[in-house]
Amino acid sequence: MPGPVTDPRGTPASDTPTRRGTEAVLLGFAVLITVVAQVIVDLTVTGSLRPEMAGFSVWISALWVVAHLVVRRWAAYADPLLLPSVALLVGLGLTVIHRLDLAAEQVGSTITREDAPVQLIWATLGVALFVALLIVVRDHRTLSRFAYTLALLGIVLLALPAVLPASISEVNGAKIWIRVAGFSIQPGEFAKICLVVFFAAYLVDKRDVLALASKKVAGLELPRGRDLGPVLLAWILSILVLVFERDLGSSLLLFGIFVVMLYIATERASWLFIGLLLFAGGALIAYQAFGHVRARVDTWLDPFAYIDGAGYQLVQSLFGLGTGGLFGAGLGGGRPDQVPVAKSDFIASAVGEELGLFGLVAVIVVYLILVERGLRTSLVVRDAFGKLLAAGLAFAIAWQVFVVLGGVTGLLPLTGLTTPFLAYGGSSLVANFVLVALLVRISDAARRPVAPHATPVRLGDAPTEVVTP
Amino acid sequence: MNAPLRRVAISVLVLFTLLIINVNIIQVVRSDELRSDERNTRVLAEEYDRERGSIIVNGNEIAVSVPTDDRLEYLRTYPQGPLYAAVTGYYSLVYGNTALERAENDVLSGEDSRLFVRRIADLFTGRDPAGGDVVTTLDPAVQEAAMAGLEGVTGAVVALDPSTGAILGMASTPTYDPALLSSHDPGAIRAYMEEITGTDGPDPRVNRAIENNYPPGSLFKVIVSAAALQEGYTPETVVPAPDELTLPQTSTKLRNFNNSRCDASQEQRLIDSLTISCNTAFAQLGIDLGEDKIRDMAAAFGLDDEKMEIPLVVAPSGVGDIESDAALGQTSIGQRDVRMTVLQAAMVAATVANDGVQMKPYLVDEVRAPDLTVIDETDPEELREPISAQIADQLTEMLISVVDRGSGRAARLPGMEVAGKTGTAQVRADVPDHNWFMGFAPADEPRIAVAVFVANGGGTGGDVSAPIARDVMAAFFEGRG
Repeated sequence: MPGPVTDPRGTPASDTPTRRGTEAVLLGFAVLITVVAQVIVDLTVTGSLRPEMAGFSVWISALWVVAHLVVRRWAAYADPLLLPSVALLVGLGLTVIHRLDLAAEQVGSTITREDAPVQLIWATLGVALFVALLIVVRDHRTLSRFAYTLALLGIVLLALPAVLPASISEVNGAKIWIRVAGFSIQPGEFAKICLVVFFAAYLVDKRDVLALASKKVAGLELPRGRDLGPVLLAWILSILVLVFERDLGSSLLLFGIFVVMLYIATERASWLFIGLLLFAGGALIAYQAFGHVRARVDTWLDPFAYIDGAGYQLVQSLFGLGTGGLFGAGLGGGRPDQVPVAKSDFIASAVGEELGLFGLVAVIVVYLILVERGLRTSLVVRDAFGKLLAAGLAFAIAWQVFVVLGGVTGLLPLTGLTTPFLAYGGSSLVANFVLVALLVRISDAARRPVAPHATPVRLGDAPTEVVTP
Repeated sequence: MNAPLRRVAISVLVLFTLLIINVNIIQVVRSDELRSDERNTRVLAEEYDRERGSIIVNGNEIAVSVPTDDRLEYLRTYPQGPLYAAVTGYYSLVYGNTALERAENDVLSGEDSRLFVRRIADLFTGRDPAGGDVVTTLDPAVQEAAMAGLEGVTGAVVALDPSTGAILGMASTPTYDPALLSSHDPGAIRAYMEEITGTDGPDPRVNRAIENNYPPGSLFKVIVSAAALQEGYTPETVVPAPDELTLPQTSTKLRNFNNSRCDASQEQRLIDSLTISCNTAFAQLGIDLGEDKIRDMAAAFGLDDEKMEIPLVVAPSGVGDIESDAALGQTSIGQRDVRMTVLQAAMVAATVANDGVQMKPYLVDEVRAPDLTVIDETDPEELREPISAQIADQLTEMLISVVDRGSGRAARLPGMEVAGKTGTAQVRADVPDHNWFMGFAPADEPRIAVAVFVANGGGTGGDVSAPIARDVMAAFFEGRG
């Protein structure tokens, strides 16, 4: 039986669990899985542990200990599942990349550069930014003040590769890079976050107007014609990305995120409908006008018909997944290096080949946990900006994972997006750490008890949700 | 905003469920199909961990796996790669395996049931499992002469032992080095593949001895002759041999090679017609005999549209559709839709050489376990008997005449009678003719039958292909005194 009920106006803050202990235990599991997986890879492939193994274990543990301590100090009420999910994905990604490094060496390939240590540096940089962001941004609402600056920054980052000469910005036909001094940066990954912040601030501002209905057609309350502006702008922006950077993935990603955020902000399903129409139109135009889009679609429809050309990669991916079967070949036991660029775009097929259906589904479920915790944060957080921002960020991960994994497994045409946290690639990894830092920050605000020892809230200051119309 | 948020959360769940369902379809439902797809090189990679058996010619390994210190424990090497490429094929990480590497894969990889007992023993003794060896029927002297003869041209040579069907030589040009497709560096493998197939030229991976069939031209007259002899003709029978023959129900005039004249009297003996390869005589003879007789005799020799395995898969040979007597006339001189593989041509020659009995051609002499004990040996097998020994003798007499004093004089060998037939097949007006020769020696007691094909050689079968056949036969006898 519970003890005597005290003052009903507010439970003391110390009663709301911070769940930091849960986070610490889960992070411990993530580190354990990472290290064990690395050991298995080394033993299977080379038969002995590499000397750097101890250093790696200490390093990766230190990363998550630091991240955890910072969350404990500066975001004590943050959702305890976000960081461990990320840790598990990053650890698994590092392992698979290391495994592919070994494969390249063993086959005697001419490329000898090891990518796993580089990725570890990027992860460290990512954690550093994660930490910095949590320390600097104490309240996510401050971000809304910079909304238009971030919008400008986002657009600039997005447009930069298109403006730069192809020698700097083009890799494999997509103009989405900035290559300086041996480093390749995909500014689009950062642009995505800037634009989500802007969308959130903008939509909170304008949502009442955008929710106004003009007429009702077949059960849908259509918006007024002049309110179509923003969605058309987002659409045009996406099309421009597609035309000038030949980046199907980012184009699809940006438009999808905007439409879903618009829907959440206005609660009008008609926006989804309009978005879908615009998407269909854009897709049709793209298919007709661009050879590379058409090639992607044709390859997707029948990859085996293009096995010696455009379909080679997808077919190899399917072979890998099929050969992996239920349980996989075991880490180090398969041939994931048969798939070109397995480290970045096709890392999921390497996971599926060596860890099997169970491993791949587990990865998908970890992503699902990450996304659903993000969306839950959005549900719980009290301010409209935080709600939209959390929803936008969480959906960005979901949409990206769906599009990438769908592509790699032949469910959707290939688009060339990266697999968040898992795939090799510095910009993607660092940007996604920033994204998760924002989610952690908002989730802290969401779970933090309201004004613990203050006087009862005066009616005028009460959160808007409390006031029923 | 919470109502749409919940809907978005559910939508995400649905999207991810779609992903999971799709992955289930690939990794469970389609797993077996994808795993066993021949273009999936992963299973092949697994085999690299085991010592693969060798392919052997006359005691020498022409394909052999050697230990390496990289992850794939064994590297497949081909000490005389280009010489035997048509027979060995390659064993590639990237492109799978072909030819004997594929047809005898079970033996070479050690999966064959005939190696089963040994594999069980391996389990208990801890011995590394290894594959068995495949010993071929090839004669290195014949193979070398064949490849030397085809140097610089596109074509193929097949040599058979007429009495057993053992394949003594099988060459196809242009060739390639299978070792370069069987390395452990996928990048280098792809680069070499691009190098050999990326041009407009002929694809070196095609074994032109068995994988393609070609119009045989005048070689087919031997089959028409056989049909005629079967119907009671003799080599001495006089047949019409006009300067030109108007094909029935058409205005198409069929002429002889270079518009030459077969005989001033517009008729000649059958043996003379074959000797000089008279087109009009054989077109008329075919029409006189009728489609059924020609088709039956062709099928009896193996031109029956059926595939064959030696154990490499051989493309079918056949006479095609014959819609009219005009078509029959053209068919009778080996044009129209008649198609023969080079192996089939060698088989026709070998059948005549072997008193009318066609032996089943084979490339694998014996299969050995890794400890060199013979676990299987090929017994020569009769395939067909299209003609009697007597007709075979008559045909031999006619074929000797071809080489002695006719179109095949370039195939003559000193101190030995050679029998043979030339063929010059028209392809298209703008493309040089194909050049053929098939024959055997010694004519009285044949020990080798040869067919030579030079694609678009531009000359005649007599001056392009007959000398190659002569060199191949000479090389064969040189080694045997």
